[in-house]
Amino acid sequence: MTKILVIAEHLDGKLNGATARAVSAAVATTPESIDVIVLSDAPEAIAAEAAKIEGVSKVLTVARAENAHGLAAVLAPQIAKAAAGYSHVFAPSTTFGKDLAPRVAALLGVSQVSDVMSVEGSHTFKRPIYAGNAIVTVEVDAASTVVATIRTASWPAAASTNSSASVEALTLDVTLPSHTRFVDLQQGKSDRPDLQGAAKVVSGGRGVGSKENFEIIYKFADKIGAGVGASRAAVDAGYCPNEMQVGQTGKIIAPELYMAIGISGAIQHLTGIKDAGTIVAINKDGEAPIFEIADIGLVGDLFKILPELEAAIGQ
Amino acid sequence: MKILVGYKRVVDYNVRIQVKPDGSGVVTDGVKLSANPFDDIALEEALRLREKGLAEEVVIVGIGPADLTAHLRNGLAMGANRAIHVQTTDAVSPLAAARTFLKLIEKEQPSLVILGKQAIDDDANQTGQMLAALWDRPQATFASKVEIAGGKVTVTREVDAGLETIEAELPAVITTDLRLNEPRFIKLPDIMKAKSKPIDVIELGSLGVEVADHIKTTHYAAPPKRSKGVMVKDAAELVAALKQKGLL
Repeated sequence: MTKILVIAEHLDGKLNGATARAVSAAVATTPESIDVIVLSDAPEAIAAEAAKIEGVSKVLTVARAENAHGLAAVLAPQIAKAAAGYSHVFAPSTTFGKDLAPRVAALLGVSQVSDVMSVEGSHTFKRPIYAGNAIVTVEVDAASTVVATIRTASWPAAASTNSSASVEALTLDVTLPSHTRFVDLQQGKSDRPDLQGAAKVVSGGRGVGSKENFEIIYKFADKIGAGVGASRAAVDAGYCPNEMQVGQTGKIIAPELYMAIGISGAIQHLTGIKDAGTIVAINKDGEAPIFEIADIGLVGDLFKILPELEAAIGQ
Repeated sequence: MKILVGYKRVVDYNVRIQVKPDGSGVVTDGVKLSANPFDDIALEEALRLREKGLAEEVVIVGIGPADLTAHLRNGLAMGANRAIHVQTTDAVSPLAAARTFLKLIEKEQPSLVILGKQAIDDDANQTGQMLAALWDRPQATFASKVEIAGGKVTVTREVDAGLETIEAELPAVITTDLRLNEPRFIKLPDIMKAKSKPIDVIELGSLGVEVADHIKTTHYAAPPKRSKGVMVKDAAELVAALKQKGLL
């Protein structure tokens, strides 16, 4: 019997959209039930959000003061205990899920399927390796618990419904470690759409040239209501903070529109945007690899083109 | 304090990966192999901690076939004190790798284990977290800054929301992110010196590690190709094309 436990990701009392994407992958596995588990110091509001995701049978809450900061060492033993009776445990393949799920898998004594792109059967999945340059089909032994992270860019967010699934408080008798402590979280403050959920994303690369010049990227993104990303080269050069990095080791995204501005297109970057609906590249080097995968390319000076685009859109 | 560093050999990051036509794997014959970039960062961080006087010994660990020696010599030339070569010709899953490290930890008693956050071949991103779980010790994944003082390590982590800082008691497992440091280049005299550094060879089979994997890879395929796009000549044409697609 297929029963899936989905680990909810949340921050500041709000459910992260990646959770609904992991639920989509769970739905594709056609299980008997999909339960979402919310571990937090105050899970009620988050659980209420999770209960509205279509396909969710039940939401389990684990309220403990130690769960305030989502530390993997603290959460994993609780999830491993709660996983009894489930055939599958899914988490979004975000930094939260990547940190936590392997720790859960090891406690359950199983390997993990990382970055599930598609579900081929209850125990058969496709996932990318070599920065997405090969796609492998993997089969998990039918007798093992499947622990998997879900590549969020491959899955739409499951819709929300008006009806709510039931919410059940869970008490787990688990002794939690105190060897790991949260100190602080420096969040980039931005009113722009979240990079991983945005319908449009504008990214800047090394060609932008400096932190000051990056303003032109922000300005254009705001004009079209887009989230802002960056290539590794731009982040390494200090033009923008790490949370904006798109690519193999940064964020993997799938917006409807992706505009790569001054990005040459190393394979590690391309792997982060392959699932975008339409890719636009603007680069002064007509031979840049980004043009090989762009749907629409424009060769030229970004500092001249972006103001022209703004003017043309404004008309 | 002793630091154990995972040092995996992978297909070089500049190689364009080709999937074999029969879907049985990717082409690795005659392909350039290098250290996993995240493992070079792990080794560099361990060396810096030693140079600051916070550690006495840096031991690199490689799991793989007999010809892994040359790769381990590179790590020794970079500055590791010695190497442990766990020999096997089989593919090793992240869980089996974690179990292997645990065995070595029991013998070596390190205060810190530093691994790359992922290897750029299987992109699994699991071994460090699994090791920390099996060892029942703290994990600090995706590290971009590491500070050690008073039996504790304070690690800044690159997370989706920004930069998270956590504090962990030693011993602990750290996995490295890209911006933790820039690994040093190997100098010729160091290559000569590395030749006399010890490499302990241990047969994986002798460690009593459960290596059977319950996940089987049944098929390899090339990713779907995006169709060839169009070039536009100016901003006006680009805006018109995007409006036509309903994207503006």
